[in-house]
Amino acid sequence: MAATRVVVDPITRIEGHLRIEAQADQGRITNAWATSTQFRGIEIIMQGRDPRDAWAFTQRICGVCTVVHAVASCRAVEDALGIQIPPNANLIRNLVHGMQFVQDHVIHFYHLHALDWVDVTSALKADPAATARLAASLSPWPNNSATWFREVKERVAKFVASGQLGIFTNGYWGHPAYKLPPEANLMAVAHYLEALDWQRDVIRLHTIFGGKNPHPNFLVGGMASAINLDGTATINAERLTDIRDMITRAQRFVEQVYFPDLIAIASFYKDWAAIGGGVKNYLAVGEFPEGNVNEYDKLYLPRGIILDRDLSTVHPFDPAKIKEFITSSWYEYEQGDTTGLHPYEGETKPKYDGPPTPWKYLQDERKYSWLKSPRYDDLPMEVGPLARMLVAYASGHEEARALIGDVLGKLNVGPAALYSTLGRTAARGIETVLLARRMNTWYDAFVNRIKSGDTQTFTKDKWEPESWPAQAQGYGYLDAPRGALGHWVQIENGHISRYQCVVPSTWNAGPRDPQGIAGPYEAALTDNHPLVDPERPIEILRTIHSFDPCMACGVHVLDASGRLVTEVKVQ
Amino acid sequence: MFNPTSHPWVGDETLAKHLKRRGVSRRDFLEWCGSMGAVLGLSQSLLPKIAQQLAALRRPSVIWLQLQECTGCVESVLRTAEPTIGDLVLDLVSLDYQHTLMAGAGTAVEKALADSMAANKGKYVLIVTGSVPLSDGGIYCTIGGRTAKEIVEEAARDAAAVIAVGACAHWGSVQAARPNPTGAVGINKVITDKPVVNIAGCPPIGDVVTATIVHFLTFGRLPAMDSEGRPLFAYGKRIHDQCPRRAHFDAGQYVEIFDDEAARKGWCLYKVGCKGPATFSPCPIFLWNTRTSWPIGAGHPCIGCTEPFFWDTMTPFYGRLPNVAGFGIESKVDLIGASLAIGATAGVAAHALATGLYQLRRNRAAAAPDTAAAAPPPVVATTKSED
Repeated sequence: MAATRVVVDPITRIEGHLRIEAQADQGRITNAWATSTQFRGIEIIMQGRDPRDAWAFTQRICGVCTVVHAVASCRAVEDALGIQIPPNANLIRNLVHGMQFVQDHVIHFYHLHALDWVDVTSALKADPAATARLAASLSPWPNNSATWFREVKERVAKFVASGQLGIFTNGYWGHPAYKLPPEANLMAVAHYLEALDWQRDVIRLHTIFGGKNPHPNFLVGGMASAINLDGTATINAERLTDIRDMITRAQRFVEQVYFPDLIAIASFYKDWAAIGGGVKNYLAVGEFPEGNVNEYDKLYLPRGIILDRDLSTVHPFDPAKIKEFITSSWYEYEQGDTTGLHPYEGETKPKYDGPPTPWKYLQDERKYSWLKSPRYDDLPMEVGPLARMLVAYASGHEEARALIGDVLGKLNVGPAALYSTLGRTAARGIETVLLARRMNTWYDAFVNRIKSGDTQTFTKDKWEPESWPAQAQGYGYLDAPRGALGHWVQIENGHISRYQCVVPSTWNAGPRDPQGIAGPYEAALTDNHPLVDPERPIEILRTIHSFDPCMACGVHVLDASGRLVTEVKVQ
Repeated sequence: MFNPTSHPWVGDETLAKHLKRRGVSRRDFLEWCGSMGAVLGLSQSLLPKIAQQLAALRRPSVIWLQLQECTGCVESVLRTAEPTIGDLVLDLVSLDYQHTLMAGAGTAVEKALADSMAANKGKYVLIVTGSVPLSDGGIYCTIGGRTAKEIVEEAARDAAAVIAVGACAHWGSVQAARPNPTGAVGINKVITDKPVVNIAGCPPIGDVVTATIVHFLTFGRLPAMDSEGRPLFAYGKRIHDQCPRRAHFDAGQYVEIFDDEAARKGWCLYKVGCKGPATFSPCPIFLWNTRTSWPIGAGHPCIGCTEPFFWDTMTPFYGRLPNVAGFGIESKVDLIGASLAIGATAGVAAHALATGLYQLRRNRAAAAPDTAAAAPPPVVATTKSED
C-alpha cells in the first residue's frame, strides 16, 4: 500500500504559522516536512537604527516569549559597547525572565499542549467526588474539592449541550489515542481554567519592573525601574511585597498543580516515552547569570552540548561553530545553496520559488520553508527544556539531578525515556519547578542588596553615543523557554550596521540541510511515530507541541548588503 | 479569557439567566455595566440600556484571524482585567476560530471557519491581529496554503463588524517599519468597503478590546473613532494630558538620565525620550495587567506604540521629542499630538514646522492614504537626549 500524504496546516495551539506535511504507511509516519509559512524581515529593518532601540524592535519578534529577544538584544549591545550592568539590574532581569519561563511553561502545558492528552468530553463521565479523591492523592492544592469539580463538570456539560462549541469545535474527541480516565480528564479541565486566572496574576511581575506585559520595557545598561523605598513611583516595599507574593503563588501553583498533573497524566502515556525522540544532539547556551553575564560557570542552568545522547561528556559550547544553511529554504546565497554561513557572515535574499498558492503539497519541492537550517559543527541540535535538563544532569547540577531522578522513579522508567515526546514535556515541567524555586533566591539577593544600600539599576557611563567606539560588535546569548537564542549586533558610527538572531524554533523546526539531514521536528515525527487516522492527526500534534513551537521567532533574515565583517567576538 | 469553558454558557440561555446561575447578582452586573460604561465614556442615563441589551444577548460568533504577527495581542487579551465579570463578557461570544486556543488543527479548524462564516453570514464579528503582506503575491504569510490577503478578504466579506487589534492589523507595525521588506499593511488597506475599528498599540491593552466588543454588541455599531479609526473612549486623549508625572513636566522637574535622583523621585521622563506628548493612548487611565502599572509608572519613557508608524516616527526612542513646549505653551503640544495621530508620512522633526502645515499635511494624508503603506516614512532623527 502506498504511503498516504498528510497535510496539517495550520498547526494550532502554537505561536505563529506552521505547516506539517507527512507520509504515513500502515499507521506509522515514514517521512515528514516542517514548513514555516510566515516571513517578516525584522533584521533588515534593524539596519541604521540606534542600538539602544534594538531591544524594542527584536522584542516584537515574539509576543509570547516577550522577554527573551529584548534581553538577548540588550546583552548583545552591552557586549559590543563594553557595558557591565549593575547586579541589581541583572537580578531584576533574572526575576523577569524567570517569571516568563514559569508562566510560559504553565500556559504551554494547560492551554497549548493539554488538549493533546486530555479529552474534554470524557470529563462529562467523571465522578466529582472520585476526582477530588484522585486529586487529593496527588497534591495538597486546596481548590481540589468535589464541589469545584462538580461545578466544572456541570459547566462543561451545559457548554457541550449548547451546540456552540467555540474553540472546541472539531476537536479530536473520542480518539482512541486519548487514555485518561474521566476523573483525570475532569481534574485537568478544572486546572486548565484555574491556570487561566493564575497566569494573569503572576505575570504582573513584568508590569512592576517593565510597565506592561506583553512587551515590557527594557534598557541597555540596566533596567529603567528605579529603586527608592521612600518613593511613590518606584520600586518600594509595597512593590516588593507584591513581587514576593507573586513568586510564592507561582511556586505553589507549579508544585501543587502543574507538576502533579504532569506526572499523573504522563503515567497514562508511558508509551510516548519511546516515541518522537529524533535528533540525538542537544545544545544549551545556559541561562540566569548569577555573577557577571560572561561568567559562564555561574549560570544557574549550565551551558554545554550533548552529542549522540552520551551523557558522560558535556562538550563546551563555541558560538563560532554555528552556521546556517538555506538548501531547503526560500532564500539564496551568493555562493550557492549548499554553503553554510556564520551569523556574522550571513546574507539573506528571500527568494520564493515554490508553487503558487493555494498549495496542495510542498513535500515534492526542493525548498519548502521560510526557516533556515542552523547547524552546530555541521550537526543538527535540539534546543529547549530537554536539552537544558540533559546538560544540567550531565553537568552534575544537583537540584536538576534530584528532580529528574524523582520523576523517572515516579514513572518507573529509565533515563532513555527522556529522549522522547513525553521526555520533552516532562523536562519542561522539571525545569519549571527548578526555576519557580530559584526565583526566591534571586528575590532574596535583590532585597539584601537594597538592604545593604545598593539601589543602582543602571550603568550611565556608556549611554551617550559619543562614548562609543566607531566600530563595535557583540554577541548576546540567552536560553529562552523554547531553547538557545543568540543575537549578534554590529555597530558603526552609532548605528546598527548588521543585526542577526539565531532562534530556538529555527534550531528545532528548520528544514533539511545540504546532506538531507532532518531537523528535530522532522526527525522526531519519523522516530517510531504512530499516526492512526490521517484525518485526525492528534499524534502529530503531540510531538510538535512537545517542542512548544514559536514560529514568529524562528524566521529571521540578515543584512542583505553583504557588508564585510570581522571575526566573531565572544568569550 | 476568550475561552468559553471558563464560564460556559448554555446555548438557549440569556446573559441574565447565565449570570444568575453563576451567582452574579443583578447589582454586581449593573455595577460592572457602570464601570464598562465609564470606560466607554457613556453617560449614566445609558446604563440601563446597556444592562438590558447585554442581558438579552445570546452568544454571537467571533472569528479571530491571526496573520503576520507575534501573538502578543492575543496574549494581551488573555490578561484582561476584572477576571470574573470580564470572563463573562468574553463569554458573550462564541469564539469559533482562534489559532492559539483551538483544540483541532488543519482541515478540522479550516472547516470550523468555513462553517461559522456560512452559518453566521452577515452576523459575525471579525477580529484580526497581524498585518497583510502584499509584496510578491502575498507569499510571506500563508495559512492552510492560502495567502493572508485572500483569507482576510473572504472573512471580511460577510462580517457584521471588523475589529483590527494591535499595531500590525492597524498599519503593519514593526514589519512595516522602513524598509518594509514584505510590503506589510494594515487590514484597512485590504478591507475597503466597511469601517475597521483600530485598537491601537503594540500590543493594545486587552480591556480596550473587550470594551469595544461590548460597545458593538450593545449598540449595534462601532464606537466613535478618530481619524485613525481608534475608539475615542480609549484614544481620545494624549498620555501627556493624563500623566501622573505631568506636574513635574510643568514644574521643569526632569529625569536627565536613567537612575538619577530625579528618576528615583519619579519625575518627568520627557528628556529621556518620552513620547507621551505625541501619543494618544489609554495607558495612564486603564493601566496594564489588572491595573498594576504602566510603562511610565515603571520608569521607562513612552515609545508611542499607539501611533501609526511609530517605529519610524518615534525613533530613536531615547531621543527627545522636539518642540514640546514647557509650562504655559500648551497649544504647541496639542498640535504635535494631533498631527502624529493622523499618521501622516512626516517624521517627528517635521512636526516642528509651522502650525498651518499640520492641517495641510493632514489633508494630504487623507487624500492619499496609500502612500503611507507603500513607502513608510524615513527615520528622522530627533534631537539628542543630551542638552
